Amino acid sequence: MHAPKHKRHNLLAGLVKSRETTLLVVLIALVAATAAVKPGFLNLQNLRDVLLNVSIIGLLTAGMTVVMLMRHIDLSVASIVGVSAYAVGRLFVMFPQMPVPVAMLAGIGIGLAIGAVNGALVTFGRVPSLVATLSMLYIVRGADYAWVHGGQINATSLPDAFALIATGSLFGVPNLVLIALVVLAALAVYLKQYRGGREHYAIGSNPEAARLAGIRVERRVMIGFLLSGAIAGLAGVLWLARFGTVDASTAKGIELQVVAAAVVGSVAITGGVGTVMGATLGALVLGVINIALVVLRVSPFWQQAIQGALIVAAITLDTMLARSVARRMMRKRDHG
Amino acid sequence: MTDSRTPRLELRHASKSFGRVRALGDGSLALWPGEVHALLGENGAGKSTLVKILAGVHQPDTGELLVNGVSRRFANPAEARDAGLAVIYQEPTLFADLSIAENIYMGRQPRDRLRRIRYDEMHREVDALLASLGVNLRAERLVRGLSIADQQVVEIAKALSLNANVLIMDEPTAALSLPEVERLFAIVRALRERDVAILFITHRLDEVFALTQRMTIMRDGAKVFDALTADMTIDAIVSKMVGRDLDTFYPKADVARGDVRLSVRGLSREGVFRNVSFDVHAGEIVALAGLVGAGRSEVARAIFGIDPVDAGTVSIAGRPLALGKPAAAVRAGLALVPEDRRAQGLALELSIARNASLTVLGRLMKHGLISARSESVLAADWGQRLRLKASDLDAPVGTLSGGNQQKVVLGKWLATNPKVLIIDEPTRGIDVGAKAEVYRTLAELVRDGMAVLMISSELPEVLGMADRVLVMHEGRISADIARAEANEERVMSAALGASPHTLGRAA
Repeated sequence: MHAPKHKRHNLLAGLVKSRETTLLVVLIALVAATAAVKPGFLNLQNLRDVLLNVSIIGLLTAGMTVVMLMRHIDLSVASIVGVSAYAVGRLFVMFPQMPVPVAMLAGIGIGLAIGAVNGALVTFGRVPSLVATLSMLYIVRGADYAWVHGGQINATSLPDAFALIATGSLFGVPNLVLIALVVLAALAVYLKQYRGGREHYAIGSNPEAARLAGIRVERRVMIGFLLSGAIAGLAGVLWLARFGTVDASTAKGIELQVVAAAVVGSVAITGGVGTVMGATLGALVLGVINIALVVLRVSPFWQQAIQGALIVAAITLDTMLARSVARRMMRKRDHG
Repeated sequence: MTDSRTPRLELRHASKSFGRVRALGDGSLALWPGEVHALLGENGAGKSTLVKILAGVHQPDTGELLVNGVSRRFANPAEARDAGLAVIYQEPTLFADLSIAENIYMGRQPRDRLRRIRYDEMHREVDALLASLGVNLRAERLVRGLSIADQQVVEIAKALSLNANVLIMDEPTAALSLPEVERLFAIVRALRERDVAILFITHRLDEVFALTQRMTIMRDGAKVFDALTADMTIDAIVSKMVGRDLDTFYPKADVARGDVRLSVRGLSREGVFRNVSFDVHAGEIVALAGLVGAGRSEVARAIFGIDPVDAGTVSIAGRPLALGKPAAAVRAGLALVPEDRRAQGLALELSIARNASLTVLGRLMKHGLISARSESVLAADWGQRLRLKASDLDAPVGTLSGGNQQKVVLGKWLATNPKVLIIDEPTRGIDVGAKAEVYRTLAELVRDGMAVLMISSELPEVLGMADRVLVMHEGRISADIARAEANEERVMSAALGASPHTLGRAA
């Protein structure tokens, strides 16, 4: 009885660990394969581009992870990025001397406000999060269009100190990437090391048991949407710093890239499973694939198809793993 | 230390109604520290309602709950837990994606000065706890993949870490194998020695004698008897459990038995039922009795082809039936009225006529389209024959009463002109008047030569309607009793597995 049980334990633990290791292996293989075909692929400019792009998507993916852990989804993140970027840009137009931290806080505040509406709809209104955040996606984007009214923010309106977020670097690492890393690390610590973080997992794993364990589920779900909103607000500020030019359609449609990255990063759409590390690796893999496909001159249409295929493959693998665990459990029970 | 003359937990004359249904009429119970207390009763006797009141899931309408002699009222499960009560349900409520340690300490994890979780300390404590229970489980292991027995151990460990001094176990052994049951018993005995008061609900009488010191017997929502286990015998328990009057009338017609319509041979499904063989003749109602979980509905589902089987054959009117294909079963003349009509038998939002025609859409086709007129004609015809009380056949089925919903399900299947009707819990959740009509319908069908296999947990119904009673116990048919010889004691002892061979006398 002892030996097989122990082995099974290691197997399961290995399985969980291996999902992140697998992603890492896939990532390295991707880079190596592309570099083998196009030796010019491995240069500093490409690396910088990947990191800058992935930083913003990666942040959003981590926020989405917190929400997805609880069996919810936040489709409004791209709209929040758009409106936050434009609003902070407007603030710089009005107050050119505004300090950078204030700009960031403004973006985060906008995200928090929209996240609070999402959370209220889901917890108090009992609206399924898919519907609530889909509505917010349209409402926020629509309001954004009405407000911007065809205008845009230009890089020339932004102070140099702000542009440094994207252009400056510390020991060769762009500031924007550093900011993203700090937030990702904080989020990872929260999810792993704090009681509140573990409650996100508990809720997604078994909502009924969470209630029985005395977890205040509504409050925790609300916090999840606030986190996701705040991160999206911050991502909007970073987006503004990186691209300088912002109009009403900024970041349109990236919410699905974010969901895709989370799923590829083995965050379960059914809740309870996922890490910031996995989500970030998922975002990296998709980011590297995007650049690799450009470098390999694949048509942009095929890029999307390949992304789709990846997502399906990731989900299928997930389901198959879950099934094999369930089957093993059944067999064990039958032979008691 | 508590005064040992005060019960740790006492419930006095509690009642609870849900709408017009009275689930508990007069529930009383006293649990003493250091004792294992058996709660016995048939399905529907009110045991679960009583447990849920103790657990704080339901609040009693009347009655009093005392903890250590002090009157209490639990508004929610958390309050019951804080008062030292732990409940272990038949299906454990755990977080499958988290480790055993996290399941046990969720919301109470030990923390360092930065309020970070101290996983090392948590794992150490849980490992010690699991070792003290004598089980070979590791704190870091994920709960996903654990057997039900191991999950129960995790629940027990959780109760211990909460310093629970009342442990309520709702049929904990129902899903366990024999070695697992023995391990559970060892743990329960150890807890008893730690002065925990334990309430143990089970249908297995040998377990009652093996484990408990005291028992409370319930019937029809009320406590009817309590005693020291040592003063009781199996016969005495069974008669207390079932001793009630037959107060409903069953229009059972005597019909000459015809040919064999349904023949089942050696049907087995690993872990669910084993070697099930029986015949049902035309003009005969055969009841499949037994406790919930004995495998009755599963046998029906397997015959109908919904669930797979590992071995065995089924033939309808002498022709072998291809198992695993419900469509083939319907073509062969089999009809199944399922146990849970709301979830399995009806599309609640659709109209009565739509529901009634679902099984025979092929016949109602005109030019490849479904004719709404013939649908209504069909529904009206069956509605009349079954005395359906509905003002409008286009109204959603969900608006009908339980009895009338059952008639729609029945009509839907009778429209296929079946040779064999399998009906699972025909009168669950319907009122007395509607019950009588369902019985009358069944009696008429049999008079017209239908073969009926009726699965029922209600003994009076089984005894009143069946020509023969097959009793299932833990996946096997444990008795085949003819109408003349069937009585409550015989059926009940067979259902409890207390036949003369297996009975003996447990320590």
